[in-house]
Amino acid sequence: MDFGFIKEYIPMYAEAAKLTFSIGLIGIIGASIVGFICSIIKYVKVPVLRRIISVYIELSRNTPLLVQLFFLYFGLPKIGLMMSSRGCAITGLIFLGGSYMAEAFRSGLEAVESTQIECAESLGLKRYQVMRYVVFPQSLAMSMPAFCANIIFLIKETSVFSAVALADLMYVAKDLIGLYYKTDEALLMLVVSYLILLLPISILCSVIERRLQYAGYRN
Amino acid sequence: MLAIGIDILFRGNNLVRLLEGLWVTIKISMLAIIVSIILGILFGMVMTMKHPMIKGVCRVYLEFIRIMPQLVLLFLVYFGATKAFQIHISGKVAAVLVFSLWGTAEMGDLVRGALVSIPYHQYESGMALGLTRLKIFRYIIIPQTLRRLIPLAINLATRMIKTTSLIVLIGVVEVLKVGQQIIEANRFTVPDAALWIYAVVFFLYFIVCYPISLLARKLERIWQE
Repeated sequence: MDFGFIKEYIPMYAEAAKLTFSIGLIGIIGASIVGFICSIIKYVKVPVLRRIISVYIELSRNTPLLVQLFFLYFGLPKIGLMMSSRGCAITGLIFLGGSYMAEAFRSGLEAVESTQIECAESLGLKRYQVMRYVVFPQSLAMSMPAFCANIIFLIKETSVFSAVALADLMYVAKDLIGLYYKTDEALLMLVVSYLILLLPISILCSVIERRLQYAGYRN
Repeated sequence: MLAIGIDILFRGNNLVRLLEGLWVTIKISMLAIIVSIILGILFGMVMTMKHPMIKGVCRVYLEFIRIMPQLVLLFLVYFGATKAFQIHISGKVAAVLVFSLWGTAEMGDLVRGALVSIPYHQYESGMALGLTRLKIFRYIIIPQTLRRLIPLAINLATRMIKTTSLIVLIGVVEVLKVGQQIIEANRFTVPDAALWIYAVVFFLYFIVCYPISLLARKLERIWQE
């Protein structure tokens, strides 16, 4: 193990980790927004949109991100839709994550018992008030475990972005292996980088999950 | 131009080659799924043990595999093991190995969850009826565990099939690689082949995974208590 080498290339990994993290963050925020809107449309059963969203969810959940990315990055430019690799990565992540988030939020919404809504209505709350004060607080708490799992899943999925020439952690590791044949060092730093990135999130998620166990009306 | 792009598929034996590539993907994921089911059930049972050492080791294994992206695991085995043990592992073997390791961890956690979710009074009621330990497992515990487990295990299987697409990045010739080859071979005659080929690959994955997820959802609905 060549520690001088490791020390020399730490900044490169830090840079790549930052890129991975920033793209992951944008992707997660985008995916949450898309997922939230989709879940509400499905929940209140908007006539036509509901079908379209179901098709989107099935398409995105049943295909791998790598194939989606290849289509975005290599396929779409052929019909004039050019995107940078960064744009592709973010679009791909939102396309994939949106459906996973939608499912997480939807299961939370459906877990709110109908008696809750009936009670709120009988108290004279308006439709939006029912959603705002009764349904959302309970459903968000209940969809939190799935939401947290999705966050980790999405950050992990960013590892395939090296395939569309984005200089993320995987890309740097592959580069160093190819250039200097320092396989052990490059892989060790790769593993450590992902641990630094994901372990705190994983721990935070399990803390949140435990705190929220008593939320909602689960027994 | 756009209208004729699709006929790239029917030129020569391109479609057959793509399907052969898909078969490689499916074969590798099936092998990994079978291994993961067998080892996962064992791992799940081990994880329910109370011994602190065993618990700790299982926990570390599970968390490590869960936190590492599958691509990193593939790299670790494909490049790392080659260097560390001076052995040459082909991409396919590395893929089966990694997906088995990953699947075992995930499957183990599902088995553990299903086992733990059976309330203790189910065992006690069985004992009160005078059943032997074996009979309690055979008639009470295993049927209930399976009902909870099978839909989740099927979902895991679709995840594994989807994740198998990553093996193209360690040089295994599977459906994506075949697609790339077709695109490269027709670069000048059909410049927009990439659009069509990747769209077809996208739908091939969908055609494989969608029925499996439907099955999982259906079983889940049937078996909901």
